[in-house]
Amino acid sequence: MLTTILAQQLYLPPKASTVAPDVDALFNWILGITIFFCLLIFIGIVVFGIKYRHRRGHEGGNSPGHSTALELTWTIIPTIIVLIIFYYGFRGFLDQTVVPPNAYEIQVDSYMWGWGFIYPNGHVNPELHIPKNRPIRLVLTSRDVIHSLYIPAFRVQKMTVPGRYNRFWVEATQTGEFPILCAQYCGTSHSEMLTKAVVHEQADFAAWLEKASDLSKQPEFEKQGPAWAGAQIVKARGCLQCHSLDGSAGQGPTLKDLFGKQEVLNDGTVTVDENYISESILDPAKRVVKGFQPIMPSFRGSLKPQEIDWINWYLKSISANYKGGSPPMGAPAGGAPAGAGGGQQGTTQPILPSSPAPVQGSGTPMSNRPATPAPGGSATPATQPPGVPR
Amino acid sequence: MSAITPPAHGIGMPVTHDPHPPGDNYLTHGRGIMSWLFTLDHKRIGLMYMAGVLASFFVGGVFAMLLRTELLTPGPTFSSNKTAAWNFYNHAFTLHGAVMVFLFIIPAIPAILGNFILPIMLGAKDVAFPRLNLGSLWCWIGGAVFFGYVLLGGILNASFGWHLPGGYGLDTGWTFYTPYSSGQVGVGGTPYQHGTDGTIAALLGVFVLGFSSILTGVNFIATIHMLRPKGMGWFRMPLFLWALYATAVIQILATPVLAITGLLLLAERIVGVGIFDPHLGGDPVLYQHFFWFYSHPAVYIMILPAMGVISEVMSTHSRKHIFGYNFIAYSSIAIALLSFLVWGHHMFATGQSPLSNAIFSLLTFSVAVPSAIKVFNWVSTMYRGDIRFSTAMVCALSFLVLFTFGGLTGLFLGALSTDIHVTGTYFIVAHFHYVMVGSVLFAFLAGLYHWWPKMFGRMTNLFWGNVGAIVLLIGFNLTFFVQFIAGSKGMPRRYATYPTEFQSYHVISTIGAYVMAVGLFTIAFNLLHGMIKGKRAPANPWGANTLEWHCPSPPPHDNFPVEPVAGDPYDLKSWQWDEATQQWVLDEERAKTVAGTEPTTHHH
Repeated sequence: MLTTILAQQLYLPPKASTVAPDVDALFNWILGITIFFCLLIFIGIVVFGIKYRHRRGHEGGNSPGHSTALELTWTIIPTIIVLIIFYYGFRGFLDQTVVPPNAYEIQVDSYMWGWGFIYPNGHVNPELHIPKNRPIRLVLTSRDVIHSLYIPAFRVQKMTVPGRYNRFWVEATQTGEFPILCAQYCGTSHSEMLTKAVVHEQADFAAWLEKASDLSKQPEFEKQGPAWAGAQIVKARGCLQCHSLDGSAGQGPTLKDLFGKQEVLNDGTVTVDENYISESILDPAKRVVKGFQPIMPSFRGSLKPQEIDWINWYLKSISANYKGGSPPMGAPAGGAPAGAGGGQQGTTQPILPSSPAPVQGSGTPMSNRPATPAPGGSATPATQPPGVPR
Repeated sequence: MSAITPPAHGIGMPVTHDPHPPGDNYLTHGRGIMSWLFTLDHKRIGLMYMAGVLASFFVGGVFAMLLRTELLTPGPTFSSNKTAAWNFYNHAFTLHGAVMVFLFIIPAIPAILGNFILPIMLGAKDVAFPRLNLGSLWCWIGGAVFFGYVLLGGILNASFGWHLPGGYGLDTGWTFYTPYSSGQVGVGGTPYQHGTDGTIAALLGVFVLGFSSILTGVNFIATIHMLRPKGMGWFRMPLFLWALYATAVIQILATPVLAITGLLLLAERIVGVGIFDPHLGGDPVLYQHFFWFYSHPAVYIMILPAMGVISEVMSTHSRKHIFGYNFIAYSSIAIALLSFLVWGHHMFATGQSPLSNAIFSLLTFSVAVPSAIKVFNWVSTMYRGDIRFSTAMVCALSFLVLFTFGGLTGLFLGALSTDIHVTGTYFIVAHFHYVMVGSVLFAFLAGLYHWWPKMFGRMTNLFWGNVGAIVLLIGFNLTFFVQFIAGSKGMPRRYATYPTEFQSYHVISTIGAYVMAVGLFTIAFNLLHGMIKGKRAPANPWGANTLEWHCPSPPPHDNFPVEPVAGDPYDLKSWQWDEATQQWVLDEERAKTVAGTEPTTHHH
């Protein structure tokens, strides 16, 4: 997929946004200037180098040591050229900066090492899903260090700076999937801070958002239960950047066999249970497992209590140390639990409920959904946006 | 003895009447290690710098090879554990950048060639303040020790798990961007030390190195103002001196800002004063403003002396008077001043205001013009010349090619909309390597080859020197040209791993890096061989007319027993090749006429 997208032309990725053709036009124009002047200089060097090379019988001639006319020529012509380039570059930049009215707004949350795209209804997605042919305004910030949201196919890039909100807008002109990369160095896994932009037809976008916003309404949830939902969240929210599923230690402890395990902390020990998992998600630096750095960002305000419950169910489903009983409701369908892309199916006790607790099963609104939709802005940084003058 | 009577014009000491006993030169004047470590002789200080700076270049080069090797495949190379491999890569590119910038490129030409050549070019016995000069050398050594500590800490930690205080190594990038480098990035300001705790030692190193740079700048400015010989008005100065003068101005004005920035960052890291870290109430982009206020002018600290070398080499080896002397001289000063006004172009994507972006973009383009003027003048200097393809000239022509291309690709980065697309990608990496490595390294080599006979009294082997230079040129283009393409297609820089469709570019780049290593080793052996076993060099092997060629090779301890009188530095025609003695011989009458007729109204 990435291969086909990026292997299409000699230089520059495909154009998939409204500003891309202008950027590419300027790029090609500067390229033409570059080639022209390079050839001029290279040919000058080669011709002079051959014609005036030292050899028997050749003597250097005399020529003036300066020429005001020539100097002015090669002062004025480059000046005019660079002014033209400046003008078009600035115009193109303004096009990217001035947001059209009625743009659809998405908040961007970034952290070491993942992205969260927060929709007006409070839904957080690790991928940027947008409708085609509609201006999208992105408001970006970061929880920890500076990152940069870079979408080559759209020719846009903006840094996410902790303590402030940056903005830009983009309008996609093609449906499809386009790589998103972090372009500002941000530590160990900077090069794995990747995601993608998915452009939908306008008609499909609303349906996508509705479906994506509520895991419990999806058919897999009916079949596989909250552990499946937990797996989706663990995958989507970047947990796997640092926590492996195969037992190997990354930047953080592995999730495999974690639940119920006795962990050694920097001071004392803890048996990993719902309380410790919840605390580690909301207040990660409080009790850190020995041998690891307190680098995990807090998900307070970003993950809802229901979602943390689902993560707990998922962790139980992949832990041999979990000796607890089945969840409250039985498992009528008896389907095997699905892992989170790590191929964990059926590795432990088949305790997973395939239908959730009554409150969800009955189809009542999710208890955790706030009466007023959580505004993306407040959900974005773990703490209040720092850097605001006291 | 003609040596006692200074000639009326042109030119210094007739070298055939060397008043010193044979064999007595600065290399033999004083023996023992202390006579080198605490020498006040600018020539010995230049060589001391050369030993240290080239050793740093080797260390930075080893890191370059390691990180290019890691990038040969997208997967981890130096460890089966991804986290360990990525950390290793991040440390490697940080130390590659920091060592190359602070310990190699910035001091390379001013501290080595500048120290050695500047006083002799002025016909002086030494710089204005020889003790201060020794002080700057020791500041450089002091700064290098801090970097050595960072390096040692990283190696001990990675190899044995030992942890020196502040010694996990350094993985912030040579730019030390906050808040990553302030190490407070965890939740609620929980320190994140791993990989950034080398920041303290490295910043102290940068601080001390800054003094070395400032003191050298002060010394050069004082020397150029006070010690010019009779006959050398400002517009009779060799262009290398103009370039060093402009460089010194930047060194003095910009370097303190870096030192202050470093101290502020240290205050934040050690005491927790909130300056740059938003968790403490600071502003991380402020750091970038401070940092680039120094580091953009620093780019010109690197390139201006290189341009000075090129002016000397192009003229001498084309056997032509330099074309457009005044424009080259003025453009050096213009670049020095404009370089202070463009730092914001490093921050087009940080969210600084569109108005600031527009102003910085416009000012950035203004720097392009004086650079273009220089290139056109250098090429015009070849016109109707009698061009000798000495290794110095081959390196200088390589410089011209690479600088032209590197400079023009800067247009993509000065223009706002195209910069937004390629900033933070390999396009940037390629651009600044063309300018900083392609151009500065080749100019440095051109200068070494040009002045090597003066420094050691021996010639280098022409054939192997040219082979080395051409192999280096090919390797360089292999390495960095494809990076423009990869960058334009969206390959971000500082990536330890990458999407597989970029692998072909990385493979070519890595092969190119190995070819560069071959070229550099060839050059190193060529220079060493020349130094030890090369043919004896005459005082003026190139028939050049700047004053250093009027004193013996290698120069005696005090350069000139009698103050020489300067003529036109680019009056090459007054030196004629004498078949009988196989030497360049000065036509003093002609030199006198030229010196008298050339405009001297520019004396200030």
